[in-house]
Amino acid sequence: MSLTLASWVGALGACAVATIAALALRKPFRVWAVGALSAVGGILGSVSAVSVLAGVQNGTVELPGVLPLAGARFELDPLGAVFVLIAGAVTVAASVYGIGYSGHGLDGRVVQAVFPLFVMSLLLVPAAASVSTLLVSWELMAVTSLVLVAAEHRERPEVREAAWWYGVMTHLSLAAIMVSLLWFAARAGGESFVELRAAADRMPDVVRSSVFLLALTGFGAKAGMVPLHVWLPRAHPEAPSHVSALLSGVMVKLGIYGLLRVGWDLLGGGPAWWGTTVLVLGAVSALFGILHALVADDLKRLLAYSTTENVGLILVGVGAAGIYASGGDRRLAAVAVTASLLHVVNHALFKGLLFLGAGSVLLKSGTRLLDRLGGLARRMPVTTACFGVGSLAIAALPPLNGFASEWLLLKSLVHEVADPPVVVATVMPLAVGVVALTGGLAAATFVKAFGTGFLALPRSSNAEAATEVSASMRFGMVALAMACVGLGLVPNLVVAPLQRSVQALTGLADGPGVEVVGLGMETAGAAGRLAPGVIAVALAIAVAAVTATGWIMKVRRHRRRVAAWACGRTVQTARMEYTSTSFAEPLQRVFDDFLRPELDLDVSHTSESRYYLEAVRFRIGITDAFESRLYRPLVERLRRLGEYARVLQNGSIHLYLGYMLVVVLVVLVLSR
Amino acid sequence: MTAAAIAIGLLQVLALVAIAPVVTGVMRTTRARLEGRFGPSPLQPWRDLRKLLRKERLITEQTSWIFGVAPLLLVASTLVVVAVIPSVATTTLLVDSVDLIGVIYLLLLGTVVLALAAIDTGTAFGGMGSSRGMTIAALAEPAALLAIFAVSLRAGSSSLSTIVEGALADPAGLASPETLLAFGAVAVVTLAEAGRLPVDNPSTHLELTMIHEAMVLEYAGPDLALVEFASSLRLTLFFGLIGTLFLPWGIATTDNIAAMAVGVVAWLVKVLALAVGVAAVEVGLAKLRLFRVPELLAAAFILSFLAVIVSFFLR
Repeated sequence: MSLTLASWVGALGACAVATIAALALRKPFRVWAVGALSAVGGILGSVSAVSVLAGVQNGTVELPGVLPLAGARFELDPLGAVFVLIAGAVTVAASVYGIGYSGHGLDGRVVQAVFPLFVMSLLLVPAAASVSTLLVSWELMAVTSLVLVAAEHRERPEVREAAWWYGVMTHLSLAAIMVSLLWFAARAGGESFVELRAAADRMPDVVRSSVFLLALTGFGAKAGMVPLHVWLPRAHPEAPSHVSALLSGVMVKLGIYGLLRVGWDLLGGGPAWWGTTVLVLGAVSALFGILHALVADDLKRLLAYSTTENVGLILVGVGAAGIYASGGDRRLAAVAVTASLLHVVNHALFKGLLFLGAGSVLLKSGTRLLDRLGGLARRMPVTTACFGVGSLAIAALPPLNGFASEWLLLKSLVHEVADPPVVVATVMPLAVGVVALTGGLAAATFVKAFGTGFLALPRSSNAEAATEVSASMRFGMVALAMACVGLGLVPNLVVAPLQRSVQALTGLADGPGVEVVGLGMETAGAAGRLAPGVIAVALAIAVAAVTATGWIMKVRRHRRRVAAWACGRTVQTARMEYTSTSFAEPLQRVFDDFLRPELDLDVSHTSESRYYLEAVRFRIGITDAFESRLYRPLVERLRRLGEYARVLQNGSIHLYLGYMLVVVLVVLVLSR
Repeated sequence: MTAAAIAIGLLQVLALVAIAPVVTGVMRTTRARLEGRFGPSPLQPWRDLRKLLRKERLITEQTSWIFGVAPLLLVASTLVVVAVIPSVATTTLLVDSVDLIGVIYLLLLGTVVLALAAIDTGTAFGGMGSSRGMTIAALAEPAALLAIFAVSLRAGSSSLSTIVEGALADPAGLASPETLLAFGAVAVVTLAEAGRLPVDNPSTHLELTMIHEAMVLEYAGPDLALVEFASSLRLTLFFGLIGTLFLPWGIATTDNIAAMAVGVVAWLVKVLALAVGVAAVEVGLAKLRLFRVPELLAAAFILSFLAVIVSFFLR
């Protein structure tokens, strides 16, 4: 048994043992056992992924008897390994964090037993190597995550609604994937990925495109792509925070995995409009996601919308790769895919970190509303530092990891193309504009989240009473924060091994798309190099130089604390601070036509004179346009249709037997 | 990297550091003269910095460590950009490690750090400045990056030294429509990012119109000196960048002394001429309403978008 296989099977085993332990053990031990064993599973999973990416060996397992008729088939190849790697890495942090976090009402048998099963499904999906194996693993992931999302349904009614949305959307997504892959398999005459790959060229274009569009719908829904994202900003905030980290950091990425697997690997790429479709959907998702994140006042909802944004950025890279590849420019396609996969890894780390940070805040202050937080920098120093690192990373600021992938993504779009087709010449500049605007808005969003959430004065007594979280929770956050810093300084740690996955996808055999030059990265074709490690060293030298200059000039080092000046105002209370809503107001006003906020101003006057106000009440609500204009009317129609359908169901057993007869006859006639 | 290259790189950083407060001073003097005042000497900003550095360090009560670290990080991130952009010669300390896209994100780092520090003060003005500053920074980003796209298409590279060398080899290309359109966009972005009229008025403390000044309201003494120094540096940097990208003549491509001397003189002329020009234009401008600024930046976006389209099709 190779190292790859041994560690991957070991990871699954650890998760299985964790589930059994959760069912068998009593409360104080249960949480510890589940956390520790899941973390072991995460470590082993990462080891298997690293060994594949380092080129040791792909792991292949065939279990003929496990699934009826088809048998289960797994192969861990370089593409799947990227996703197993992030699953393993985020699992380690989230499960150790979960030890401290679960002590507060989440230590029940069901939740604790399902968590390792969910982790197991995350390790299974990217390794599935046949249609039935993939579908079963996918459903295991859907069901276990649904149970975890609904974990706190007794405490809050919103959880129940979120679980409904999630359950319905995830199964619609499964249906689309199922139709897509079964159609593909029926055409191919076999259901292993090897057979599908071989048959892809022989299929007519209509079938190929239909399979692709169905897969895009199904996997896109899982990835939180607009307009199929509506479940995401509901489900991710309501799940327990360490589960949110896995949902947003890892599970959503498996949608991207599915798209890459089916669109690129199995179908072998397609015409330019496939890429354009993905790119446009990605650009819309990115902009839509970040605008809603910007105006969100719930910290976890903000993070969830930002996941839609980041998935959008990843899809922009995937789409650009499709456009380039269809034009025969495989090297540029390789750059774009590298950018996407690097962002997959980076986003898993910083979004995992941010959700864990939000969980710590929620646990200690009891609220997720930014307008009620503040002043945590002194009360929760470690959480604040970690959330700060995550915020700077997700805002793509150097020298953290988000910057490296954003740079690569822009670099893959900002490119000279010989004799560009009209699509490239118009779509690429617009895509650059969208990515740049998204980046700017993301910076504003996370200045808001970190600034109003953690800095200045506390806005409520809950925030004032907050204290630092326990050691296990701190470990989870610090581990991910260090990963963000590490990959920010040396992105080549991931970029170099990623080339193996990229080559497998793009078929680019004569060298990598992104060349690794010392500490720097250089994209193929046009010059322009980036060495984030050098930037970090330069920043350190600059700080040292400025400090040394201060010493030489004998600047006083002692700092005297005084009251704020604020143009001469004398009292300072938390009510005078900018809130998150007021922070986002200028940008919200700029994008007014797009966000369409519902404003409600209610002024009451005193009875003596209308020149004196008694009270002013201002309310603002921003709803998701897709939810209110697309899904709500749709659900309403369906409900009304259901009313009509009730005529069919009048309680008579004879009528029901009649229905059965009709159905049997129809089936017989059709399959004659 | 050879010793000569390091020396040239360090020389450029030191030259920019020395000249930056003077550029601010020249702009103030020009403005004063055009308004019929005598105005202070161009060296006044240096004197102000010296005065501020001797003062006591006062720090606002409720702030966290972020408020204290921010000025240092702001200056450091700006200095790193200074070490990237060719001013006197095409070889700089970091030109091989950071390209133009990286420059934009390093500048954004400074903006974000200052915005966080402003919120950290907990005052209404801090939050206001921070919110407005981030609004403008976010909206300027697309125009800036698309302008870079246009400029780097011409050179086939986003590396600054290659862009400059390409422009020097083909000076006629500088008068091409895409370069002129990109220049328009970069000019607007410069005014927005450096906080000049008509986007922000650096000389006002009128409470409701402040952007940058609102963010730095609570800084005093040596910390204020750092923040003021950083904003001078940033302004000079943008002038230098425009000079390097769109008026590259005179920049030294070899490391002999004569070429360097020409480079220094050419660079000084370009930066000071731009400073005087911008100051002269500013005299006749009023500050835009905050909610008109997005329209200005949208116009810059359209200019740079056209620049890219034109360079795709007119080749």
